[in-house]
Amino acid sequence: MIRFEQVGKAYPGGIAALAELTFDIGAGEMVILSGHSGAGKSTLLKLIPAIERPTQGTVIVNGQNVSTLKRAAVPFLRRNIGMVFQDQKLLHDRSVFDNVMLPLSIAGVALRDAGRRVRAALDKVGLLEREKVMPVALSGGEQQRLAIARAVVARPAILIADEPTAHLDDDTGRDIVATFRAFNQVGVTVLVATHHDALFTPFMTRRLILSRGRLAA
Amino acid sequence: MKGWLLHHRQAAAQALRRLAATPLNTLLGALVLGTALALPAGGEMMLANFQRLARHIAATPQLSVFMALDTSVKEVDEIESMLRKHPQTLKVRKVPREETLRRLKESEGLGEVIESLPRNPFPDAFVVAPKDESHASLEAMRAEFVNYPHVEHVQLDSAWVKKLDAFLRLARLAVAFLAAVLGIALVAVTFNTIRLQILTQEAEIEVSRLLGATDAFIRRPFFYFGALQGLAGGLVAWFAVFAATLLLRGPVADLAALYGVEFALHILPLADSVLLLGLAALLGLAGAWAALFRYLRD
Repeated sequence: MIRFEQVGKAYPGGIAALAELTFDIGAGEMVILSGHSGAGKSTLLKLIPAIERPTQGTVIVNGQNVSTLKRAAVPFLRRNIGMVFQDQKLLHDRSVFDNVMLPLSIAGVALRDAGRRVRAALDKVGLLEREKVMPVALSGGEQQRLAIARAVVARPAILIADEPTAHLDDDTGRDIVATFRAFNQVGVTVLVATHHDALFTPFMTRRLILSRGRLAA
Repeated sequence: MKGWLLHHRQAAAQALRRLAATPLNTLLGALVLGTALALPAGGEMMLANFQRLARHIAATPQLSVFMALDTSVKEVDEIESMLRKHPQTLKVRKVPREETLRRLKESEGLGEVIESLPRNPFPDAFVVAPKDESHASLEAMRAEFVNYPHVEHVQLDSAWVKKLDAFLRLARLAVAFLAAVLGIALVAVTFNTIRLQILTQEAEIEVSRLLGATDAFIRRPFFYFGALQGLAGGLVAWFAVFAATLLLRGPVADLAALYGVEFALHILPLADSVLLLGLAALLGLAGAWAALFRYLRD
């Protein structure tokens, strides 16, 4: 589902964020990406939805070569990838419901159908009763769950998340991890960058460890 | 197709929401655009009325042939038959001097003055409609008629219409120039509004892009916003001109009456109204396009 072949990413000025990355994540797999801060976890995740482009090698997502994807094709790649961002990127000028609605509006899903799917997604993350609330009124954990609901509402084949348990206490973190596990169990390929490896150990997930931009194990 | 329609409906709704979210800004924007558009639109209204007036007064150019006062009835009849036989005349209407006298006696104010005159001061006259309305032909006819016996004076009634026409052409050019300059101002104002809109919607644009929005999806609400704001400006301009027309109607009619013309000021013609609103929306769209072109090119 996600394949990296000798992928390198260097920023202008010659700083290599990633180098010689080769790995393969199969459809329906759940993988965690760990490593110290600045190891390149965020950069690696950004290569998958073409937020960043590799300077070397090939990134293949769902059979598409992302490294050479035309600008106009990028939106359609992203619609098939659910993303949970480190800073969540919720829109604070609209309700919980409307935040989750956005991906469906973008995809052009008919309104009645879309409303049903938004409620289903909110139900899965336990926020159904809070659909009319503004994101500001949510707790940190709830905001994270809202970000997850938005990431999965369009039923993507791939779900990637960058430090989804940062700033959360362990109980809430476990909650979030269980939510990812639930999506994985219904066939979604999940890739999570985290430094809370321990939260995932109960699920025996495969680990990719990054160290200074290279795979350590 | 269905998805496309849905996207447009959503974009239009979003643009309306953004306009409604800042009612004061929306109102002020519409007033600025409306004022700018009202000037050329008002000019066009005046021009359309002038043109109607000119057509109303002199639909076709005419020649007035005045006889000398001491001409006998027989001599007048001879001239009449000469005029009627002339190959270039389409129609000849005789205006006998007695009729002129009677008509003027009936007119208010002049009656007493004319009553006091010792004899009829008016000559017999003919109003000649030419077959060929070109200026050259009219001039030739005038030169010819002046040399007929007992003809005192020939007046070309089209001369002032020509002058008015020339004036109207000039005024039309001025209105077009004004419209072009203010049109540019309108594009600039919309450009600025949309640019500010883009800045305030930056988070939404960024998130939408990350969620797979195409450039078209992001641009669409701004296009609607620009077009709607332009349209609002056009409506303000239309109502301003409409109000001015109603206010001026009475005084203009009074003024026209002093010149013996019955004339009512008309509101902006339908075609011009449609043009005004269409152009306003189009210029708003152009402003939005300019702002987005700069922003979304990277």
